[in-house]
Amino acid sequence: METFAFYFFAVSITALFAVTVWSKNILYAMTSLAAGMVLISGLFFILGADFLGVVQLIVYVGAVMALYSFAMMFFDATGEIKEKHSHPGLVFLLGGLSAVVMVVIFAAPVIGASAPSFYPPVEGATNPQAVGLVLFTKYLVPFEVAAVMLLVAMIAGIILAGKKMDTSITEVTDDIGDTNERI
Amino acid sequence: MDGYIIGTIIKAILVLAIISALAGFGTYLERKVLAFMQRRLGPMHVGPYGLLQLAADGIKLFTKEDFIPSGANRLIFMIAPIITAATAFIALAAVPLLPEFELFGVTVRPIVADLNIGILFVLGMMAAGLYGPLLAGMAQKNKWGLLGAARTAIQFLSYEVVTGLSILAPIMIVGSLSLIDFNNYQSEGIGSWLIWQQPVAFILFLIAGYAETNRTPFDLLEHEAEIVAGYATEYSGMRWGMFFIGEYANMITIGFLASIVFLGGFNSWGFIPGGLAIILKVSFFFFLMLWVRASWPHIRPDQLMWLCWKVLMPLAVINVTLTGLWMMV
Repeated sequence: METFAFYFFAVSITALFAVTVWSKNILYAMTSLAAGMVLISGLFFILGADFLGVVQLIVYVGAVMALYSFAMMFFDATGEIKEKHSHPGLVFLLGGLSAVVMVVIFAAPVIGASAPSFYPPVEGATNPQAVGLVLFTKYLVPFEVAAVMLLVAMIAGIILAGKKMDTSITEVTDDIGDTNERI
Repeated sequence: MDGYIIGTIIKAILVLAIISALAGFGTYLERKVLAFMQRRLGPMHVGPYGLLQLAADGIKLFTKEDFIPSGANRLIFMIAPIITAATAFIALAAVPLLPEFELFGVTVRPIVADLNIGILFVLGMMAAGLYGPLLAGMAQKNKWGLLGAARTAIQFLSYEVVTGLSILAPIMIVGSLSLIDFNNYQSEGIGSWLIWQQPVAFILFLIAGYAETNRTPFDLLEHEAEIVAGYATEYSGMRWGMFFIGEYANMITIGFLASIVFLGGFNSWGFIPGGLAIILKVSFFFFLMLWVRASWPHIRPDQLMWLCWKVLMPLAVINVTLTGLWMMV
């Protein structure tokens, strides 16, 4: 049952992401990317990592994809996109190399059959507790650094975007009028 | 194991059948309640008190021509309503609907999948449901539809933080993400209901829930006075019906979540048994949604964003901080 579920999810995810890469229609690309993200959470559920599966759902399917789709509003979603490939060879080489490196990194311990678990799951802890224990003891520093980095990015984003945030949008006067006067 | 699988399948089918029937009945209730609040009678002609209006609407929806506009992206256009309806029902899978009961000597637990992270799963799945309106709006090559899709994205970015932060404070108090633990925490009568400890979180969650289900002060996605029917402009027949079933199923889910997390769930309530108690609570929340719809005007998308990010989110953060301090002391 589990094997069947794994292969089902694996094949569907690969197929959906292949559509994302190869499709020239931006709407198909976005839909298949979102569907693939949903199915990846299925892999987490098979592994018994319920919490991470739901985090995958909320973060990638919810938040990240909502931002993508927000950017999609600037495109004509029903037409085909003309893609520009300036250096296809170079892209292929770099992409292929990094893919091979990733596969080797993640497959090496499995092939060597010696994947020691440095921080074995705590007995009796539920899923979120186990994640929290590792996150707030061993990985506390990377976790806090990531938090600070996100905070910096957020403040930068607000400063870049929010020049007139203290007035309501309906009360913002037209900028075009002002520039015309100056000209 | 086999019994478990068969039981789960039966439960899934029952939930699907009952909730979609209730969703259909919800449209009748909504028209009736709105009508009484506006001193009209509502549907009266088909059957006693217009009760068979439901069947008439159903026949109309099923037999109407399934129309796909020529410029639209056919595949996505056809998938979008299914996403809305499916995610609404998948979200219900992790909600305990009634207390345990005995049937033919077997103890039945009326929850399809008892996840230990139930509440996050429900919220995540309901968030994924927004892909329905989003893709529908973008696939139909209609400007009103596209505006509806843009508003979907804006609405999602507005309320999601408030939902998560408002529910965080009760989660901290209970110390679990399982909805059944929430229910058991409040088993000592009305005094132990979480609403007394977390009134702010309750109100924030309700407001965010209304935005999540596109109920009236925040139904910007299909605001008929501004953008015709928003994301549903080009839809007709059963595809349009699926959007509605999804929306009403989501309303019921929010009602269950609010009752279980804040109002004592399916614990028996004085002389009222638990099963009846939760049905009464969910009915009250359903009625409250209709009441709000009859009382309040729509707001603009920028007002929703202003409300969520400048008022509700700081309130929610303060609430979470105070709860944390109170728990430490």
